[in-house]
This record gives sequence, structure tokens and C-alpha cells, in this order.
Amino acid sequence: MLEQQLLNALTLGSVYALFALGFTLVFGVLAVINLSHGAVFMVGSYVALALITHLQASLWVAMLGAMLASGIVGLLVDMLILKPLRARNAPHLIPMIATIGVGIMLTSAAQGLFGAEVLRFPEETLPAGEFVIGDVHVRALEIAIVAIAFLLMAVLFVALKRTQLGRALRAIAESPKAAWLLGINVEGLFHITSFAAAALGGIAGVLIGLNFNAITPFMGQPMLHKGIAVIILGGMGDIRGALIGGLFLGFAEVISKAYLSSQMGDAVAFGLLFLILLVRPSGLFGRKLERKA
Amino acid sequence: MEWLTANFGDFWSTYSTLVFSVGVHAMLALSIWLTLSCGLLSLANAAFMGIGAYVSALLTLNLGWSFPAVLLAGGVAPAAVALLIGAPVLRLSGVYLAMATLAFGEVVRITVLNLEITGGPEGLNGIPLSTEGWHIALLLALTIYGLARLRRSKVGRAFEAIKEDEVAARLMGINVDRYKLLAFTLGGFIAGVAGALNAHFTFFISPREYGFENAVDILTMAVLGGVSDLIGPMLGAAILTLLPELLRSLHDFRSLVNGAVLVLVVLFLPKGIWEPRRIRAWFQRMIGGRA
Repeated sequence: MLEQQLLNALTLGSVYALFALGFTLVFGVLAVINLSHGAVFMVGSYVALALITHLQASLWVAMLGAMLASGIVGLLVDMLILKPLRARNAPHLIPMIATIGVGIMLTSAAQGLFGAEVLRFPEETLPAGEFVIGDVHVRALEIAIVAIAFLLMAVLFVALKRTQLGRALRAIAESPKAAWLLGINVEGLFHITSFAAAALGGIAGVLIGLNFNAITPFMGQPMLHKGIAVIILGGMGDIRGALIGGLFLGFAEVISKAYLSSQMGDAVAFGLLFLILLVRPSGLFGRKLERKA
Repeated sequence: MEWLTANFGDFWSTYSTLVFSVGVHAMLALSIWLTLSCGLLSLANAAFMGIGAYVSALLTLNLGWSFPAVLLAGGVAPAAVALLIGAPVLRLSGVYLAMATLAFGEVVRITVLNLEITGGPEGLNGIPLSTEGWHIALLLALTIYGLARLRRSKVGRAFEAIKEDEVAARLMGINVDRYKLLAFTLGGFIAGVAGALNAHFTFFISPREYGFENAVDILTMAVLGGVSDLIGPMLGAAILTLLPELLRSLHDFRSLVNGAVLVLVVLFLPKGIWEPRRIRAWFQRMIGGRA
């Protein structure tokens, strides 16, 4: 059964990584812990569901729509809330609290519009089919999830490493002021980052919604915890760390659920996190932090 | 007079729990104000509250301790935990401290969820309703008095120095680590007592009440009200406790207003609702306008 568990772990882990990438990107570039990321994730899955059930859109169109819609939410949060706070030079705690407010608003709006009960994608929209390799059952859906997650992550990596845009973003991550002096449009890139990060969060929501076929207004909160766990594990603001951390969390969760009690597994994960923070605050894979005087 | 007492009786039987909650939340907001006043962003207060609630409820239910002893134990237990984890945790700063305390909170919550003695996910039921209004009023008053004295003392000045500039404070010979530990432990004590009080008027406690959301709620109360003095956190606690009740007619949408208030305050009242300087200026303008 281990192979089956590993497959589950890979599916979950790849979505965790996708979710955490957006989270860590915002932290790396904007230096904001965006606690509305979980709610944006939830918005993504509801948008996809609404497109499929009300407009009879295909799954692919729904995914694109979900990315676009959640990206716009992220963009609006940046333009309407984070930008004025930046202009005011607010201490780092303040934008984080503002995003808590956004999260509450989005969750409450979803609850008011769609109700608190669990909603599901219609069975016929899910990719059907199942392969049997050895004694492992592979659902086509799982292949699609892993493929989409890795494809998007690959696009992001290439964009960050190879394009002018990515170079500019990395410059901002080092020092927004220096980047600005070099003539980089810092504000514009903040907007782009917010959009892209939220879009990644939104598609992660669709993928998780498909995987468990269950959507609720409150699905963002546990995911947010996992996102926090992943970026601590991988080092905050570290893109590669988010990928490794996401996969690691997926495996840790599935394995501990299979071989320990299902609940205590979470305690082990967070206990581990707590220890990692004490020993290596920059994360398992992060660079050593310089102590700022 | 009779009419007044009768009406007050009605009001009290309907709203006493709500008034109690305002008092307990005010204590929690003050507990996080204390750590914030030392420049520490700790999100462990919900967990400390939970430890206080569970320890006190278990002592009442299983060992039949008297209520004052139970309240004291409810404060001492989380303070001891804070003292224990403080030394390693408080080496972290800023966001990292927030994340570590958050992870600690999750460990506490999940542990409580899985232990036999705490009743697991069902929580503890049938806790005697020992808390009375004057208990909360007295302990809240004591907390306010203690913190107000603390602010004006050498310790309070040291906290402020550390908050403004840790390195400078250290260079002036302030024992930064010890003062941080003191703020963290005292904050844990206050949160624990609040948790013990809360457990003894809600009849029932479960791990759900001490999670991430509650940690964030406590922080939100303090920031919404403003942390420049002691009134702000209490005002924030009162607003965030009463607002959902006032908005009952909005049903599912009512937390929408909560979130919006939070965002608007952060955007337009950067120092929170209660900012002494702004309020003084406003008064002066009022008087000036009349003259």
C-alpha cells in the first residue's frame, strides 16, 4: 500500500507547494505575510464551481476563470489596501492584520452567497478514468492535478530565473529601494506579483476542490496553516524552499496519517515546525539570516 | 426604582454572558498588549488561555479545588509554560516569533484534541458556573491597575526602550532577554486567568476555542482599539465582542462587517480607534470652534 500512499502524498504535496509558492512570493517581494491567501484559495474553487454549474463551462475554462478571478482579488487587495499602507510606511504587523480582515470578508461573503454546506463539482465534469500499475490505482484526476501543479511551478521558475521581469522581481526582493533607484517600476511589479500569487492560490483551490470534491467557505483556513508550515519549512520568501517544503509536508501528512493517528500527525508536524524555527529560523533550506542591528 | 431593577434583571439574564465575554476579552487584549508593549508579536495567547481554561476546569471537576485556587492555578500553569518555552522562542524576532508562537499554539490545540483527560474533540462538559460578574470586574480592575503601575515603573520603561530599539536598549545595560521573558510570562498569566474565568461561566470548553482564529482575534482586538495605552485594547475587545451581536440581522454576512471594520481601521486609523493625541486634538477643535 506504500506506493498508493506515495501517490496520494505527491498529489497533495504538489498542490501544497503551488499554494505556498504564491504565499512565499508575496512575502519575498512585498515583505507581507498575506493571511488572506487561504480565503483567495477558497474563492478560486467557488469561482470554478460557479462557472461549471451556472455557465456550463468546461473544466479548463473554469480553471482559467478561477485563476483570473482570484488574481483580480489579489490585485485589488494590493491596490486598495497594501499600497496605501506601503505609502505610509506602516510597520509589518499592520498589512498582515489588514489581510486578516480581507480573509474574514471573503469567507463571510462566500458563506452568505453559497451557504455553509459542502458543495461538490458535478460528477461528469471530473476527468474520469483510472489506470492500474502493479497494485496502484492511479486516477486520471490525480495525474491532471500533479501535471497542472508542476507545469505552473515550472512556468514560474523559468519566469523568475530567465526573464527580465523575474530579474526585476529578484532585485526588489533584495531591496525595493535599490530596485527603484535602478529604474525598476516597483509598484507595477508589486501589482503583478500580487496578481500572480493570488492566481496560483486560486488554481490550488480548484485542484484541492477537485481532489476531495468538497468545497466549503472554511476550506481556506486549514490550507493557510499548511501554507505557513511550508514556508517556515522552506525558508520564508524562498521559492525553491516552498516547492520542497510543500512536497515534504504532503509526504509527512500522508505517512503520519497512515502510520500514526490521523490527528496526532498534525501535532507532530507543527511540533517539528516549532523546533525547526528554534534551531534554524531561516528554514531547513534557507540561507542563514543576517542579524540586523 | 423597582422598574429599573426589574428591567435590569431582564437585561442581565439575557446579556450577562455577553457582558462577561467583554470582560474576559478585555483581559485577553490586555495580555497581548503587554507583550506588544515590549515589542514582541506573540500569537501564543489563545493557547495560554486554553491551558488556563483546561487546567482550571480539570482541577474543579476532578479535584474539587476552591474557585480562587483554581483561578490562580489557571494563571500559573500557562505562565510556567511561557517561562519554559520563552528562553528559546524569544530569541526569534518579528515575523519569525509570530510564526513560532503560532506553531506552538497549534501543538497545544492538537494535543488537547487528542488527550484522554481533556475529553478530546468533545471537550469538557458540566463545568460549574462559579464565575460571577464581580469576579471578572475585580480581576479586570486588578489587571488594569497592575499594568498601569507597571507602565510607569522601571520595568515599563525598559519594555518601551526594548520596543523602540532593542540594540540601543541592550547597550544602555538593560537585560533585554530577561525583560522579554517577563513580558511573555506575565502575558501568559493574564491570558490563563482569563481562560479560567471563561471556562467557569460557559459551562463547556473545547479545543476549537483556542486555535489560530482565536489567537488572531485577540491580536485584532488590541490593534483595532489601539495599543498606545490600556484603554485601546479594552475598547477593541468590547467592539469586536458586541459588533456580531448588533449585526445579528445580517445572518451569514455579519462577519463581513467585522472584516470590513478591521480593514478600514487599519487603513484610516493607523494607531487604532483609541488614540489619545487625536482625541485630544478633536476636543480642542470642538472647543475652539465654539469660541
